[in-house]
Amino acid sequence: MTSTTEPTEPLSVEQLSATTLLRFATAGSVDDGKSTLVGRLLHDSKSVLTDQLEAVERVSASRGQDTPDLALLTDGLRAEREQGITIDVAYRYFATARRRFILADTPGHVQYTRNMVTGASTADLAVVLVDARNGVIEQTRRHAAVAALLRVPHVVLAVNKMDLVEYKESVFAAIAEEFTAYASELGVPEITAIPISALAGDNVVDPSANMDWYGGPTVLEHLETVPVSHDLAHCHARLPVQYVIRPQTAEHPDYRGYAGQIAAGTFRVGDSVTVLPSGRTSKVSGIDLLGKAVDVAWTPQSVTLLLEDDIDISRGDLIVPSKDAPATTQDVEATVCHVADQPLTVGHRVLLKHGTRTVKAIVKDIPSRLTLDDLSLHPHPGQLVANDIGRVVIRTAEPLPLDSYADSRRTGAFILIDPADGTTLTAGMVGESFAAPQPVKDEADDDGWDF
Amino acid sequence: MTTAATVSESAGSSEGNAGGISPYTLSHLDALESEAVHIFREVAGEFERPVILFSGGKDSIVMLHLALKAFAPAAIPFTLLHVDTGHNFPEVLEYRDRTVEKHGLRLHVASVQDYIDRGVLKERPDGTRNPLQTLPLTEKIQSERFDAVFGGGRRDEEKARAKERVFSLRDEFSQWDPRRQRPELWQLYNGRHAPGEHVRVFPLSNWTELDVWQYIAREGIELPDIYFAHEREVFQRAGMWLTAGEWGGPKDGETIEKRQVRYRTVGDMSCTGAVDSDASTLDAVIAEIAASRLTERGATRADDKVSEAAMEDRKREGYF
Repeated sequence: MTSTTEPTEPLSVEQLSATTLLRFATAGSVDDGKSTLVGRLLHDSKSVLTDQLEAVERVSASRGQDTPDLALLTDGLRAEREQGITIDVAYRYFATARRRFILADTPGHVQYTRNMVTGASTADLAVVLVDARNGVIEQTRRHAAVAALLRVPHVVLAVNKMDLVEYKESVFAAIAEEFTAYASELGVPEITAIPISALAGDNVVDPSANMDWYGGPTVLEHLETVPVSHDLAHCHARLPVQYVIRPQTAEHPDYRGYAGQIAAGTFRVGDSVTVLPSGRTSKVSGIDLLGKAVDVAWTPQSVTLLLEDDIDISRGDLIVPSKDAPATTQDVEATVCHVADQPLTVGHRVLLKHGTRTVKAIVKDIPSRLTLDDLSLHPHPGQLVANDIGRVVIRTAEPLPLDSYADSRRTGAFILIDPADGTTLTAGMVGESFAAPQPVKDEADDDGWDF
Repeated sequence: MTTAATVSESAGSSEGNAGGISPYTLSHLDALESEAVHIFREVAGEFERPVILFSGGKDSIVMLHLALKAFAPAAIPFTLLHVDTGHNFPEVLEYRDRTVEKHGLRLHVASVQDYIDRGVLKERPDGTRNPLQTLPLTEKIQSERFDAVFGGGRRDEEKARAKERVFSLRDEFSQWDPRRQRPELWQLYNGRHAPGEHVRVFPLSNWTELDVWQYIAREGIELPDIYFAHEREVFQRAGMWLTAGEWGGPKDGETIEKRQVRYRTVGDMSCTGAVDSDASTLDAVIAEIAASRLTERGATRADDKVSEAAMEDRKREGYF
């Protein structure tokens, strides 16, 4: 068995530093046992420390509970503990010898779709929990749809409470088959189904003795081994310019560097590049990786690019390879999740933040709202309210270099902001939606809109 | 003075990682570093008057190191702010001043002692000044018109902090309302704020205590000596080893003894405890933390034990 528990000997700094980072999100309905699974992962990977456990035991006992309520580990706010529900995304951290994990623990209630969207936006993997007794229910489909919409690369279906169905292979197989068919249709690229009992500890960290028929990994083993690297060969290289570094010192009189986090792909010294939206071109003369010169850099490294020519570049610009530049447009079609309490309506004047650029924009149309339960489209809903997912058409005051979200989760994403009070209104994903069989036609199609 | 980082160069971003990892995979420290630098640069690009809270503690030292790397070879475009409780460890103040001098930075100081001397704040019966920091901090933010305030807070420290955003909007009273936080999507941080409001920014949100120490080792960052095991005169109160001082310890019945200790956090002397330790090098400290069964705050902070929601309540009022 691979080592998934605490190493018996402390690891060296080199070993500890070389481990990779996996960001993942959990989703599950109220009683699917999500808190128990999270508690089990933290507890069995020895990530809950004594004083935290003591605090949980103390509070559980003071409420008259017999066993420590592991959900108290994750419900951090007074209101959450009082109501016994998770209101908001919480981030958890744990580690094994192989990998470090950031877990976005998202609430499962239907009214908190925005929280799952928030958690999934940065996740490499999503764990969708179902209760083995209930199988795939509406909420499961909703979670699969959000994972697909946000293009989370890996989805784990954790079929929980196997102990309550006598650990039967047939129960698991039926659920796994139904879910895999549904999620594949939505375009989820990789699905791994695992039969577990979070309460009893089967297949969470340790392999189950109750399910000989299952030959796959435990949840933790899968989390430890799933690949997190990007397939950079097919990625369009993108660098949103965050900040121009100009020391203007005696030592560096002419240094002019364009700092940013590479949003996608790789950049090499010598690459011919174009700056958008201006369209000016130059060549990469140097790359500084936090003070150290390198020949090549890739996403998500934070770097500083130096160019051969002294051209006008400022925060908000996008540096791209000349041979692979996205079209710029002022007409944005996207799938959005509305995350604010005030509704989004046609005619709404907003700010749109894409990469490092924030521009004025106006909502021109809301062609449809998506019903997550059955993925049906409700035409012209007039507005989107909190947690709604829908299609929108937005006109921006300045042209933006947009990728399709299907091609780049970084440069295909944007947020809408209320200019009056700064509220984050909406999460947007550029391009066609998996749920839109007929993309809404727009005159912008004629000028090079490529999706 | 300095405890040298004698740790060998770790596997960098790419080659040589164990387990056949793709050359385009970042190690977890490189990924965290890149994310934190991105956050520093976003703030530099979007705000007028950012400031870094700098206490001379390890988290703020790592923040400063990251900021220096983010803007190299230029100077960092931020000033520093220290909330001085008047009960600070002398070694830490010395480190603070030396660091400010070395990097040619500007340091603002908000002094709790000053507020007490003026009669604005009252000394608490328990002698701890940690909760008294909030008013000097928030008044300084208002008077200097800081619009972005970097804090070294990490989500792994405490369960209320686990709910904290990277960009956290505070109203004109510096209050945190955990139920009205902006969702944070992708890496698209929203820094919009009205005049009088400010944004608290936490570049180390996703770091754990162990990450901070591994990064200190990898980068060879100098720390104040009190983080490493040394002989010290301490006395016991509420299960913690405290350093004697003018702040009000030891009291009757508390006796001073010499012990081999180190600090896991540095804060106000009256409520920050030392732990028994032989870890006198970075490697030893990392080994000790990796094996520890207590969280950093559980081991050394008295003020978090006041109630189940002590941190949440202080944060609501404007604490960092």
